[in-house]
Amino acid sequence: MSALPFLPNPGSLCALGTDILFSLKRIRSVEEEIARRYKENEMRCPIHLSIGQEAVATGVGLALKTSDLAVSGHRAHAHYLGKGGNLNVMIAELYGKVTGCARGKGGSMHLIDETVGFMGSTAIVGGTIPIGVGLAFGMKHKRTDQLTCIFLGDAAVETGVFYEAANFAALRKLPVLFVCENNLYSVYTHLRARQPAGRQIHEMVSGLGIAGSCHDGNDAQAVYDTAIEAAEAIRRGGGPRFLEFATYRWREHCGPDFDNDIGYRTEAEFLEWKALDPVAKLERELRKLGHIDDSWLDRTTRVIKAEVAAAFDAARLAPFPAADEAYKHLFSES
Amino acid sequence: MADMTFAQAINDALHVAMTVDPNVISYGLGTDDPKAVFGTTSGLRKNFGEDRVFEMPTSENAMTGVGIGAALYGMRPVLVHQRLDFALLSMDQIINNAAKWHFMFGGQRSVPITIRMILGRGWGQGPTHSQNLQAIFSHIPGLKVVMASSAVDAKGLLLAAIFDPNPVIFLEHRWLHNLRGDVPPGDYRLPLGQCNVLTDGGDVTVVSSSIMTVEAQHALTFLAGHEIFCDHIDLRTVSPIDWETIRRSVRKTGRLLVADSGTATGSIAGEIIARICQDCWSDLRSPPVRLAMPDFPEGASPSLTEHYHVRAEHIASSIARMVGRRIDPDELVRRRTNPHDVPGSWFTGPF
Repeated sequence: MSALPFLPNPGSLCALGTDILFSLKRIRSVEEEIARRYKENEMRCPIHLSIGQEAVATGVGLALKTSDLAVSGHRAHAHYLGKGGNLNVMIAELYGKVTGCARGKGGSMHLIDETVGFMGSTAIVGGTIPIGVGLAFGMKHKRTDQLTCIFLGDAAVETGVFYEAANFAALRKLPVLFVCENNLYSVYTHLRARQPAGRQIHEMVSGLGIAGSCHDGNDAQAVYDTAIEAAEAIRRGGGPRFLEFATYRWREHCGPDFDNDIGYRTEAEFLEWKALDPVAKLERELRKLGHIDDSWLDRTTRVIKAEVAAAFDAARLAPFPAADEAYKHLFSES
Repeated sequence: MADMTFAQAINDALHVAMTVDPNVISYGLGTDDPKAVFGTTSGLRKNFGEDRVFEMPTSENAMTGVGIGAALYGMRPVLVHQRLDFALLSMDQIINNAAKWHFMFGGQRSVPITIRMILGRGWGQGPTHSQNLQAIFSHIPGLKVVMASSAVDAKGLLLAAIFDPNPVIFLEHRWLHNLRGDVPPGDYRLPLGQCNVLTDGGDVTVVSSSIMTVEAQHALTFLAGHEIFCDHIDLRTVSPIDWETIRRSVRKTGRLLVADSGTATGSIAGEIIARICQDCWSDLRSPPVRLAMPDFPEGASPSLTEHYHVRAEHIASSIARMVGRRIDPDELVRRRTNPHDVPGSWFTGPF
């Protein structure tokens, strides 16, 4: 679990807490750099940033095995990176380059890295939920010990396909880990305008026959522990589990900016959640425990900065797809 | 060769596919019920077990996505809908995921799923049990759309669809299920994307698919008795279309009639005529003719369907007019012994 390829010095940094913090900081840095450079107009596709809610992707990503599979939706950068997805080809995809993970055909909303089990993210809310269940159907059919993690948001449980897919997962006791990031908003619409007051998502899902529970989505260590426990239960043949994590998206729904001034939420609410910053929280705790110090932080910052800069440099220098690529890949020949 | 019905040929193809490849699974509403989707899925559960052959929840959209996910995991799912109309609930998964996956992830993975949909007609099927929406699926890049018109083609095309690496919409007309024919044994596959030239004439190029091919065959047999001989092309795959075969024929005949079981506006027939007008304008000796259903839903009452569909007599008189002949097609009507809203005495509903 600890020997992640991107760790600066795996020999000395094998404590799990530091792995989590490293991954958290890395994801945060990648997305901050995307936000910083977005106005250069070279990333010419919609982007949906997870800044503020990275703890879920980080904790769950580290709790999964590489052989486990994952799918996600439009806000997928963190899920992809948390699962171990290749940073360089993700950034290249945002830049529309042929070196991108989808050869420039998908953009930010269509990330894929099958080498680490990230099977794809798509742009229609709820769209990959049944696909994840189908992957799990295959796993059960072939009697592997894998599981499929389906990342979804609070709005995805409003789609019909969620209920249909959840029902089938429960019916067949499929190895599915549903991970719901409840960040309160679907675009600019609060949960209270979309779901009845007093009804908890995880409780409703429990009513469908899938054990559901709710957790702090800004505590990356707790997310990890919860996901490990759920994954073990699933691997023991216990059927699907549903984890709801309360968290908050700091920036606008789509794009690089903050949008607390446009009227759908308040600056005060944002500041309340910002105080729960998952990166700062874990950093504080690890420092208190003596697991990290200034030198670790400096080194980590340096390593991440260099990796992120290299990914952006490579993406910017990479070639675009040739014009005739627009007319390729419609059908597979084999 | 064995004499069997279209429905038996489908059943045979499914047995062969599931025998040849343990990754083939077969599911859908009715798959394992006593009627077994008009007999097309009979015996599958007994032979291949409940892991591979199963009923599903009434969740068309999710179960299509489940099939896509299973396909990405290496399986070859065959999903069936007893009416195309039911599959409309799954358009999101078909269009946004199955049709796009190979393209939108840069050609990394394709989705080898086959979705059978049965087209209804007559016996009061009414507006939402009778839609022939082949044009809608054909409009989506990334889908292959197949329409078989005979028992042998049903087997050969279904096996080809199941083993094609891409998503295939396989449309079966309910009225063809009892059509008999000689069908080869074993793993018999026909190529997708190729037409079948049924007759070689020279007066008019007639293009059709599915039930309209059968209607056209009646018309052309009748016209041959009046010394009118046509190239008859059965599309087999309505998307992508085998344009070269159609062009070659039109260059020879100079005349084109397309018969389509869907409604006229935005139809496959309209597409074929548009393309041939662009590609073969100088070869055309008369305006092309499109015979398709009126731009209205099909009503339920027999009185509402009596003149709704394109039938052999309409095809025959149109072809005669194209070559400057006046032929009374009443004989075709008189020959028909069964009521207009059933394909034959074997069919007394309910659906």
